[in-house]
Parts: sequence; C-alpha cells; structure tokens
Amino acid sequence: MFRNQYDTDVTTWSPAGRLFQVEYAMEAVKQGSAAIGLRSKTHIVLGCVNKANSELSSHQKKIFKVDDHIGVAIAGLTADGRVLSRYMRNECINYSFTYESPLPVGRLVVQLADKAQVCTQRSWKRPYGVGLLVAGLDESGAHLYYNCPSGNYFEYQAFAIGSRSQAAKTYLERRFENFADSSRDDLVKDALMAIRETLQGETLKSSICTVAVVGVGEPFHILDLETVQQMIDAFEIVGEQEGPAAEPDAAAAADQGGSTEEGVAPMDI
Amino acid sequence: MNFMASKQPENCLLGPESDSQRTLYPYVTGTSVVALKYKDGILMAADLGGSYGSTLRYKNVERMKPIGKHSLLGASGEISDFQEILRYLDDLILYDNMWDDGNSLGPKEVHNYLTRVMYNRRNKFNPLWNSLVLGGVKKGEKYLGTVSMIGVNFEDNHVATGFGNHLARPILRQDWHENLSFEDGVKLLEKCMRVLLYRDRSAINKLQIAKITEEGVTISQPYSLKTYWEFSAFANPAQGAVGTW
Repeated sequence: MFRNQYDTDVTTWSPAGRLFQVEYAMEAVKQGSAAIGLRSKTHIVLGCVNKANSELSSHQKKIFKVDDHIGVAIAGLTADGRVLSRYMRNECINYSFTYESPLPVGRLVVQLADKAQVCTQRSWKRPYGVGLLVAGLDESGAHLYYNCPSGNYFEYQAFAIGSRSQAAKTYLERRFENFADSSRDDLVKDALMAIRETLQGETLKSSICTVAVVGVGEPFHILDLETVQQMIDAFEIVGEQEGPAAEPDAAAAADQGGSTEEGVAPMDI
Repeated sequence: MNFMASKQPENCLLGPESDSQRTLYPYVTGTSVVALKYKDGILMAADLGGSYGSTLRYKNVERMKPIGKHSLLGASGEISDFQEILRYLDDLILYDNMWDDGNSLGPKEVHNYLTRVMYNRRNKFNPLWNSLVLGGVKKGEKYLGTVSMIGVNFEDNHVATGFGNHLARPILRQDWHENLSFEDGVKLLEKCMRVLLYRDRSAINKLQIAKITEEGVTISQPYSLKTYWEFSAFANPAQGAVGTW
C-alpha cells in the first residue's frame, strides 16, 4: 500500500470506493503478534504469542476474560484492545445485572462491530487499530468471531490474526473439519500446534505463549504455565516421532527434530 | 390559586412536590393472582375484576397476558400501571425478536428485568403499584416468580399476590406437590380461588385459568365457580361467638 491523496482522513472515499484509513488500521492488526482461535461444538480455545520488548520486561496481556462465558484475544494496538475489552466487560455485567443471564456472545459481537463502525464515519475519530478474536457461548453453543477495525465481524470455526498468521491459518485449514467433534484437550493441542506454526522454527515454550479455554460447563480461564508446558512436552515427543514420517511441510518436521536440542534462546530469531 | 399549599415536614427527604407527579394511591385495582408449578409447566388463575375503591366497577379486565414465547405475566394492583408494564415488555420482546439470532429472553430474564424496573421506580418514589407474577417454561425448565411494587422478588413452587398470600398460600403449602397433573393443578387453583371468592370483597365470580408449557400459552375462557352459601356458619354467624355479627 502506498501513500495517496485519499488517505488523510477516514471520511474521504477514494475513487475506487475504498477508505484507506480503515485499511491502514487493518494493517496495524497484521503487524501485531499472532493470536489464534478454534472451536468445537462445546469448547473454544484462544491462543497467542507473547513477545516481550526485552528480556527485562514482562510481555503484554493479549487475552482478556470478558465474562465467565466470553473471552477475547487481540492483535494490533493493545491499548485499543484493552479499552474495547473494558467496554465488553461493561456490557456483559450490565446485561447480567438486568437479566441475571449471560449476554449471548453473538449480540456482544454486533455491539462491538457497531462501535467500530462509528469510528469509520466520524472526521474527529480514528478506527480502532486492533483485531479481536471473541470466543463465547450462547444458547446455540460455542462460537468464535473475528471483529475487524472496519466494523465487520465474521464467525469462524478457526482463525488466526497478526504477524505470520498465514502459517497458522494453513495449519488450521488442513484440520478444521475435525474440530467440531474434537475433545477439549485435542483442541488445546491443535491450538498449540497452530501457535508453533507462527513461530517459524523457534522453540515453543509456555513462557512465550498464552492459552485460554472456555466451554460448556467450563468458565473462561487462562491456562497456567505448568499445564501449558506439560501439554507442549506431551506432543513435542509425539512430534519428534512423527518427524521422519514425511509430513507435507517437511521443513516443520525438520525443525521439530532440531528444536528439542538445548540452547535456542527465546529472543534469538 | 393554591391558598393551602401542600407543606412537607422539615425532615422530609422527598423532592419539591410541585413539579413531580408520582403515584400516591391506586385507583382501578385488580385483586389476587395465584399460580403454581405443575408437571408440564405453570398454572395461573386470576379473576376479571377491576375495582374502583369499594365498587366492583369493571368486570372484564384480563389480568394475565402472555409475554414472548416463553412467559406469562399476571398482575394485581393498579390496572393502568399493569398496562404500562405490558408496553415496556412489548418493547423488550420486540427488540429481542429483532436480533433474530436464535437467542430469546426466557422467564428468568423477564422476571429480573421487571424486578429492576419495579425497584428503580420505588427508589424514585414513583412506584408502579402492582404485584406481579411471572411464570414460564424454557428448554424444559419451569420458572415461577413474583415481584412486588417495592421490588421484592423471589421464586417458588407456588406464589400469590395480595389476599392470595393469606388465604391461598396456606392451602397450597398443604396440598401442593411435585408433578401435579393438569386436572389436579386446576382443582387446586379452583379450591384457592373459591376461598378467595368467599372471603375477599374485591373478588368477583368470573375467572380465567392460564396454562404455560413448552408448547405455549393457553388462557381459558372466563367462567364461574359454583358456590354454596347455605353453610350454617354463613346462615347463623353468631352461633359460635355471642355478640358478633
């Protein structure tokens, strides 16, 4: 995308019918670190890659609990994501107070999308620079939605956003037909595998990723580091055994063999 | 010209009276509503009377109405406030239906919404002068609750408003059990309504019984209960207590 005379403010259309500011906002999402989500009939798993600025600092929080039955993973301007999470939490709690019932995730997502749309039609505002993967339950089961800065929202079986998300999407595209009937643990494993795809060879460990689960009978919660590390260890071993069995992306298989060796520091990309 | 301006005592916390119009007393009122859970859902009974003070003025007032797909609302107290509540609920259900997304407000949600409305009005010293009974079935779950004009709300297996609390609830506590059949439920309600007819002066002998199940709402046509006035206690009330009338 290059600079042009129609991209100064969001209230200017280009002759081709595009709003460049909105598209630039979607670019901001692509620059953020990866977030993925996948769902079965009863559970949804969200995962994200946590990159800290330096070894001294902590990593940014990218997964937020919105209510017992809704959680969100963000990619892009995390400050915008935090503000939108606060809005979502507010909406959920107000609904719960009035109706003593959880806000159906489909309705929250529409409210969020309408809020984003407002910012695409006011000259004194800018679009939110964050993409949100909203995971939640309602009467009809488990749902995963993606909310764009443009004000659009889509429902997905599985999706990935942020930098190097294409690798995760390719992985998910191959497997998604099985997700609907997956068990909860298999779903978490698939999420970790998808996260690993975005790391391009770097070792997957629980210190650089965050995983959260929500499902029927299971309130939204972020899995703790030990649990995640155990799951990684469990399938890394399997992965090593599968390596020689010629998977379609041989590069990934070769990396699996290599990454079980010591000495690959997290920031050494 | 107001020579005798209404004066509030000095320690009064009410706001200026001149610019507010708040409910001070009810005018046209309905009497008890009685409801119970039975095997397939909820049964509710109320008469069709609207009293104007001590006059039994209106004899065709329907005090039970279906709300959305899953709920049934019965009200006693000020009839115009009941109509106002029906308007609020109409809007609520309309917006719920407009989502068209497979989710719908069930009886629990409607009950809690009404509680919030009643309590908020009470806090503004402008209550909706009603006692409401909200019953319904959603996804096999039966729900029966009540809200008063001051926002007190609770759920139970059987509820009543007004005089029903004093005359019907004791009968229900004794005779109600889980999984009543439809016929037994109706018989039990009629037993309660008959006592109310004998003893509540605002009751009239024209009632409806409403049923709500997973399939939907049915409200019966108005009918009357058979009464017997030849009890010796009615004929000769002073027998047991000399000097009474």
